Amino acid sequence: MALALQTFPTVKDANAALQAAGTRYLGGGTLVVRAANQGDVSVSSLVRATEPSLSAITVSGGKVRLGASVTMAAIARHPELAWLAPAARAVGGPAIRNMASVGGNLFAPAPYGDFAVALLALDASVAAEDGEVPIETFLAGRDASRSIVTSVTFALPRQESFRFLKVSRIKPKGISVLSIAALLERADDGTITSARIGLGCMADRPMRARAAEKALLGCRLTRGEIAPALAVANEGIAPITDPVASAWYRAEVLPVHLGRLLLA
Amino acid sequence: MAKVPVQFTLNGSEKAEFIDSGTTLLHALRDKIGDTSPKGGCHQGTCGACSVIVDGELRLSCLTLAETCNGAVIRTTAGLAEGGVLHPLQRAFLDAFATQCGFCTPGMIMAAKVLLDRTPSPSREEVVEALSGNICRCTGYEPIIQAVLSAARSNSQNVA
Amino acid sequence: MELRKSYFADQRKDGLNEIGQPRPRLDSPGHVTGKTAYFADRNFPGMLHLKMVRSPHHHARIRAIDTSEAEKHPGVVKVLTAKDVPHNVYTILILIQIGPEDETVLADGKVRWKGEAVVAVLAETERAAQEAAAKVKVDYEVLPAVFDMEEALKPGAPLVNEYHGQNHYLYDSGECRKVRFGDVEAGFAEADHILEQTYQSSPIEHAPTETTGCVVAPEGNDRFTCYTNTQAMFFTLDNASIILQMPGSKLHFVGGTVGGGFGGKVDVIVEPIAILGAKLTGRPVCFIYSREEEMQISSPRAAEKVVIKDGVMNDGRIVARKVTGYTDAGAYSRHSPYGAQKGAAHYPGPYTIPNVWIDTYCVYTNRTPSSAMRGFGVTIGDFALEVQMDKLARLIGMDPLEFRFINAYRDGDMKAHRQPTEGAALIECMQEASRAANWPVAEKFMAMSSYRKGG
Repeated sequence: MALALQTFPTVKDANAALQAAGTRYLGGGTLVVRAANQGDVSVSSLVRATEPSLSAITVSGGKVRLGASVTMAAIARHPELAWLAPAARAVGGPAIRNMASVGGNLFAPAPYGDFAVALLALDASVAAEDGEVPIETFLAGRDASRSIVTSVTFALPRQESFRFLKVSRIKPKGISVLSIAALLERADDGTITSARIGLGCMADRPMRARAAEKALLGCRLTRGEIAPALAVANEGIAPITDPVASAWYRAEVLPVHLGRLLLA
Repeated sequence: MAKVPVQFTLNGSEKAEFIDSGTTLLHALRDKIGDTSPKGGCHQGTCGACSVIVDGELRLSCLTLAETCNGAVIRTTAGLAEGGVLHPLQRAFLDAFATQCGFCTPGMIMAAKVLLDRTPSPSREEVVEALSGNICRCTGYEPIIQAVLSAARSNSQNVA
Repeated sequence: MELRKSYFADQRKDGLNEIGQPRPRLDSPGHVTGKTAYFADRNFPGMLHLKMVRSPHHHARIRAIDTSEAEKHPGVVKVLTAKDVPHNVYTILILIQIGPEDETVLADGKVRWKGEAVVAVLAETERAAQEAAAKVKVDYEVLPAVFDMEEALKPGAPLVNEYHGQNHYLYDSGECRKVRFGDVEAGFAEADHILEQTYQSSPIEHAPTETTGCVVAPEGNDRFTCYTNTQAMFFTLDNASIILQMPGSKLHFVGGTVGGGFGGKVDVIVEPIAILGAKLTGRPVCFIYSREEEMQISSPRAAEKVVIKDGVMNDGRIVARKVTGYTDAGAYSRHSPYGAQKGAAHYPGPYTIPNVWIDTYCVYTNRTPSSAMRGFGVTIGDFALEVQMDKLARLIGMDPLEFRFINAYRDGDMKAHRQPTEGAALIECMQEASRAANWPVAEKFMAMSSYRKGG
């Protein structure tokens, strides 16, 4: 059977078509067309929706809404998302960023999916036709997901509270050794009042560094005070092994890079 | 197998073809239309040899389905020279010895063209960033970077 | 760039018109306009796509192959197995009398590495070929595999390749290539210091941007045009002629345009089976490696292991060098017996050493067959030798560059394999390197010459 594409004007119609066996949703194409090109014969049919809201970026009332088809390039050049641009620019080269979408990144297996790491730290909620779920719930169940993601929404973080780091061996464009995103709220005296840290490549999908988050509470960002958080950064991780790095190496360097991100 | 119509402008001329649904833009250009300047190096979005310009944006034709380009304006390296006169980028690649095996060259030129269209006088860093999705395995990056910078300089002289 | 003409002025003609002058490359206009025709730019109506069913095991006996479902798959035109190949067991270097024939075009009864070609599927579209390939059923009995060269050489190791009968290539000199010069043990006995070190490398993939492949078109007169990106045109033509049992006059090879090779496109892998497919179907055939195949299936540079034992004097002279080199051929010979032999000739390095003892082994393991890559047989050895030279210099507290001046070979010196040194120019290169790197050496070394003794 050949690969066939069906285009629908609405998410609703596309969702209906997506229920057929062997059908995958076509976002930017960087995952699904790649799979088909590589001989993944389990994909026989592609579905896409052209609803304009899928490509819209809205920043208002302290909230950011990214349509699922919004590309990394669109985020990187959006004037109100300059603080998020480093995470969008971490994905691929210029051509990939013109194609890769927010929705697709949520499904990208490690070592890909650097932008989803940022969304995890931002505590985004992921919307589909049948409602909204927190990103952690979404990521945990993504393999069984049969409903098109329509958008992600998150609160606009306070200035300078969001940090992102991608480590790769080749610059400026390389596959992740790891990526880290952190959302840190600090009191006037500099002590951390809340921390959410997302990690990439530390499992097959983005995960939180919960022990480190907890250990950071009440700390100021000094080498001495963050040491306990770095000591527990590896808790619960199961890093991937691939041609870029072994699980052992990723685990070894995680505390080092987390330290650099926190002290930057 | 169901054929679907596609219609777009390729290097200034109208193209209309019936293709198999699900055909990539790379295969449509190469196998149906006969423009073999985009190359298939990896078919997975890593090498950049298939880079083309769709509506002013750099795209990987190996990961783009042709059907999604209906009505688009597509540029490839094969259409850059006008009236037998090489585009400044092509001239610069020649003069700077920026080709070896040549397989990555059309994609490199596309990536460079998008850069210069938006940023006529780029810094070296901007050139490196713009070419970062394109792999040259003959490891000729330095002459390629120099070629793009030199094309930018010759453009600005022409304007002045 | 500066052309320094003070060296060898009496040995050189300077009335040259081209040297030192930039000249445009002849192929560049085609490259920058996208007009250069690579093999995959040839497209023929009715062209079939060939996809290979590959072994998922490192070492296994094939009990049975069932292609019936694949043959029935829509779009499939032909399915090929070992019995369809006229001369299925071959080896590339048989053309220069380096045998035995040890490799199958399509696996026959056994697979010896993970990724080995077992069944070829020809279909109307790439997709149909992929789908049908997934329907080929191969019943394997998995056998113990060996991946380490020294393990492979031990008694009782799994036998990788029955055509050799043991896990190393058998040279006319025995189990390895040997160089014997002077008395290495006497040299060690007289040495002030002895340093023995082991160096090893992993396989390296060339990763050309254009993957290996070919397009074959029947000419209608039982003759076939093969558009290929091989780097070894006539090697490929002659081997295809043997494998297909067709006279060379029936094979018309068009090539020379290669989208990156680096030695990775000298094996004869895709052309014979694609020509066979075209012959048996009467249709044009393309067989192009996917990126994954290029990385996992095409021959890499061999993994090597080099054990170097040197005897050195406090004054800097190396008086004895013993080298044991191992080249991991993987499951089949391809170019590796030659690579290991090249190592034997190279291992003394560009140094004059009075006592030399070298053994190099070409070893078979259940790994991807290795083959040529830029200076194969030499590159890894050079890495090992030059790291060893630095370690020796450190051992005796000498500047590493001066240490090399002391040992550098010069014209007239006898090399370990009994070729007198000619046109060495190593001294002069090091003098220039010393200046360029701002790494000064003693005046007496700067006064040395390659072709006048003294200094």
